[in-house]
Amino acid sequence: MRSNARRLAGTSVAILTAAAVLAGCASGSTGSGSGADADTLTLWTHNAGNADEYKVVQKVVDDFNASQSKYKVKIQAFPQGSYNDAVVAAAAAKKLPCILDADGPNVPNWAWGGYLAPLDLSGSETAVADQLPSTVGTYNDKLYSFGHYDVALTMFARKSVLQEHNIRIPTLDKPWTKDEFDAALATLKAGGKFEQPLEMGTGGSGEWWPYAYSPQLQSFGGDLIDRSDYKSAKDALDGPEAVAWATWFRSLVTKGYMAQKGGASPNDDFLNGKSAIEWDGSWDAAKNAAKLGDDLAILPPVDLGKGPKIGGASWQWGMSNTCSNKAGAQEYLKFSRKTQYFVDFAKATGTIPATAGAAAQIPGYQPGGPYEIFSQSARKFAVVRPVTPAYPFISSVYEKTAKDILAGADPQKTLSQAADQIDSNLKTNNYYAG
Amino acid sequence: MTTTHLQRARTRHPRNPQAAVRRRERLTAAGMVSPAVLLLLVFFVIPVVLAFALAFTNARLISPTPAHFVGLQNFKLLFQDPVFFRSLLNTFIFAAVVVPLQAGLALALALLVNTKVGGTNFFRTVYFIPVVTSMVVVSIVWTFLYQKTGLINHLINTLTFGHVHGPDWLNDPSTALPAIIFMSVWQGVGFHMVIWLSGLQTIPADLHEAAAIDGADRWAQFRYVTWPGLRATRTFVLITITIDALRLFTQVNVMTQGGPLDSTTTVVYQAVHAGYQQQQTAYASAISLVFFVIVLAVSLIQRFLTREKD
Amino acid sequence: MATTPSPHPAPAPSRPRRTLRRLPGHLLRSVLALAFAFPIVFMLISSFKPDQQIFADLGSIRAFLPVGDLSLNNYTAVFDRVPAARFLINSIVISAVTVVLGIVVNSLAAFALSRMRWPGRKALLMLIIATLIVPFETFALPLVWWVNKLPWLELHGFQLALTEGWLDTYRVQILPFVANAFSIFLFHQYFQSIPKELDEAARIDGASWFGIYRRIIMPLSGPAVATVAILTFLPMWNSYLWPLMVVQDENLRPVMVGIQYFFQLNVSWGQIMAYSSLITVPVLALFLAFQRSFINSIASSGVKG
Repeated sequence: MRSNARRLAGTSVAILTAAAVLAGCASGSTGSGSGADADTLTLWTHNAGNADEYKVVQKVVDDFNASQSKYKVKIQAFPQGSYNDAVVAAAAAKKLPCILDADGPNVPNWAWGGYLAPLDLSGSETAVADQLPSTVGTYNDKLYSFGHYDVALTMFARKSVLQEHNIRIPTLDKPWTKDEFDAALATLKAGGKFEQPLEMGTGGSGEWWPYAYSPQLQSFGGDLIDRSDYKSAKDALDGPEAVAWATWFRSLVTKGYMAQKGGASPNDDFLNGKSAIEWDGSWDAAKNAAKLGDDLAILPPVDLGKGPKIGGASWQWGMSNTCSNKAGAQEYLKFSRKTQYFVDFAKATGTIPATAGAAAQIPGYQPGGPYEIFSQSARKFAVVRPVTPAYPFISSVYEKTAKDILAGADPQKTLSQAADQIDSNLKTNNYYAG
Repeated sequence: MTTTHLQRARTRHPRNPQAAVRRRERLTAAGMVSPAVLLLLVFFVIPVVLAFALAFTNARLISPTPAHFVGLQNFKLLFQDPVFFRSLLNTFIFAAVVVPLQAGLALALALLVNTKVGGTNFFRTVYFIPVVTSMVVVSIVWTFLYQKTGLINHLINTLTFGHVHGPDWLNDPSTALPAIIFMSVWQGVGFHMVIWLSGLQTIPADLHEAAAIDGADRWAQFRYVTWPGLRATRTFVLITITIDALRLFTQVNVMTQGGPLDSTTTVVYQAVHAGYQQQQTAYASAISLVFFVIVLAVSLIQRFLTREKD
Repeated sequence: MATTPSPHPAPAPSRPRRTLRRLPGHLLRSVLALAFAFPIVFMLISSFKPDQQIFADLGSIRAFLPVGDLSLNNYTAVFDRVPAARFLINSIVISAVTVVLGIVVNSLAAFALSRMRWPGRKALLMLIIATLIVPFETFALPLVWWVNKLPWLELHGFQLALTEGWLDTYRVQILPFVANAFSIFLFHQYFQSIPKELDEAARIDGASWFGIYRRIIMPLSGPAVATVAILTFLPMWNSYLWPLMVVQDENLRPVMVGIQYFFQLNVSWGQIMAYSSLITVPVLALFLAFQRSFINSIASSGVKG
């Protein structure tokens, strides 16, 4: 016992010595924003766990650093799941980096909160006007961010499975109606091959929920907030259309069409034949095409009444307000707007390039290509999430509400409660004036 | 640092040796506690005071306008919030189940491995393994085990020869909290088993022998010898499990995010959720403050109930 | 429930009968051992299997057996995705430094609180113990704001420079956790059990208080030191929320933050299990190597509450 304790002490001393040596070798603190060297700019990205996209960020930064000798950009990467927390903590401490990426819907909140500074991108290779509208972040008529790509939600299915069940394959011009979709699910369920024919990614969490399911609410005719003045969620979120959406959404679970909480890897489940139809992002298209070849059917979203809808806006780049070298940051952002980089990002992430010029250079996105449907969807059906500083709050309320509805909560009561919460938040914050 | 104090004490009080000694003792003691007290002040007291002060403002995580004093408004909102009451209820249910369950089970395990037969060490070690595994890791692994077609349900199915099909544990409002309770007890019970063991080892063996000679059977021995001998340990186990249980957060954050239908939301989870995701710093501080008062009350009541009746 | 004590002591049973009587106990102990070990075993075994097979094996005993298509692929993928070696080193540095500083600072405080006489010591001890009931999560955010305001002396060559802000450092991951109420409490309990006569004898021999602490009390307190070391080490190794908020530089991140890297677009359970194993095994190994002092020392903490 005693000798054991001594051994433990000995080991810890050894570890500590090693630790001290290592700590001595480890780099100290890296100031961001107010670094010792004003021409070194820090860039934050959410891609720590996304090797493909991270490589493109790295390439753009390396190219920029090589292209001139005045500025030097340094990357710090975060895992996506904790990126927003890190940004918010850094903002609270006035430690934001000069350049950072942001999930599109958060841009208004960050602009209002003074995290982001307006951008002047004039003179870059790509004009802002040439981008898909959903890839540009504006607030109060000022430009705060731009993205290299957007994503489109879509449905993946196997042609062979649909044909075998005599289900019409929908097209962009003639999508499924709600009744057709329900009938298709019923047929697939009755076919007995699929315990749960539909996979909508209900195992996910966070921003995925409003991104994936609020467009369906909008397709029913509801919305997250009344967009005429952004002052109330009443009627939009708890009117009859919204209740109809909630009732339908829940029925997918009660009828056994989909799981209340899906698996962690919905796309793998689809590819392994667990589900017949998958509601997913365009980012999985290339992977699915590689695996299923011609059998892959890429379907437009269902028209649930008011036309098909998908969410718009993905990750975008902005500049922080506390940046001590705004000229350098803008220089970098302008540099990153070369068509080549729009192409690289879209290719690496399997997403929709933000410009037509870039789309022409990406196999599959050329007119008539298999992925043209995504660009078309993004132009025709995309609805950006409400452009209001209240969005992060709305998003978290909606996520919880939608999860509760799937778990069997009373639609009207739950939606009304959610609308009240949002309204109270708007009121408490003086409708985010300022 | 202490030596200078000593010298000063020595030079200032040459006359009264008694007083000088006492004074020196005080100064040395002050020197010894000061590092800990200073660190606690800087990293605990100040931030906690800050947090509580924020509860009376309209501070937000992100805001272009500075916060100002709003009195009790946050508390008014809090007491109108049904989810907050649900969190309170869940937190108390969790504590009310986990405290006796984990304490009792830990004691049973301690008695089970506290024998003179071989293998004691092995079993003790195995029961302790979950304790040294991180709660985040444990929660992730169990999330996987608890899936509808996961390992737990396969086990249930096998053990009941296919008669019972387990539920979708974490997605069913009636089973989510029990599932988290079960996992939490599984993870923590080894720790308190060891605490009980230590208590058992402080009971002199001759007491048991004397009782056995008097013809006391096992139950009577436990009741009249073991149980009274564990009084001090009992207090310790109770208070540590209770405080831990009331602070339930990590498991919920990883496994269910408070759902389904608020069946697993807890007070600390609400505070963190409101503070970060919803950016309502002041509201989150109000939750923390209420929570602090509740835990303080519970601890004091427990202290009172388990006080030594001299 | 209670049975009346029988008036006659039972005769000592013979050997085979005793084995028989012990069988249920053994069986129960073994079943429980399985119950406690299986999730961890499942995690370790699954970390060597491709995702497909993890799911395929769920329905049978194969889930716990190293059978089928085993490889280190998940581990190589983990090292591709996460700077795991760097994270491990950081966690070791941060945990070890905190443990050592924590032992010194908290034992000193506990010594003064339990062996010396001065006004207000009881009240201070109560106050310190009261700090235990505030969960860290509830004041983490003000603390972020606050540590960013703290000054620090830095040595630039031969010049001392005063800097502001602690974010992105090792110290911000260490210093807030050095002084710990629970550690002080444990030391205090343990010191109380050491006879006071030792101090008095030493005082008569002219020893200083610090000398008593160093030469008498600490050498006798091995178990308490081990307990505090363990109970400081585990939460430090497992810390997650705090480093997430105050460390932006990937080079300074500890292991737990790495878990987030695996929940991006495609979740691979095999990789998650591999990473989980990677950060659990060092602690498990440490535990198994020192399990006797681990358990004995924790055991000593609950005594004399």
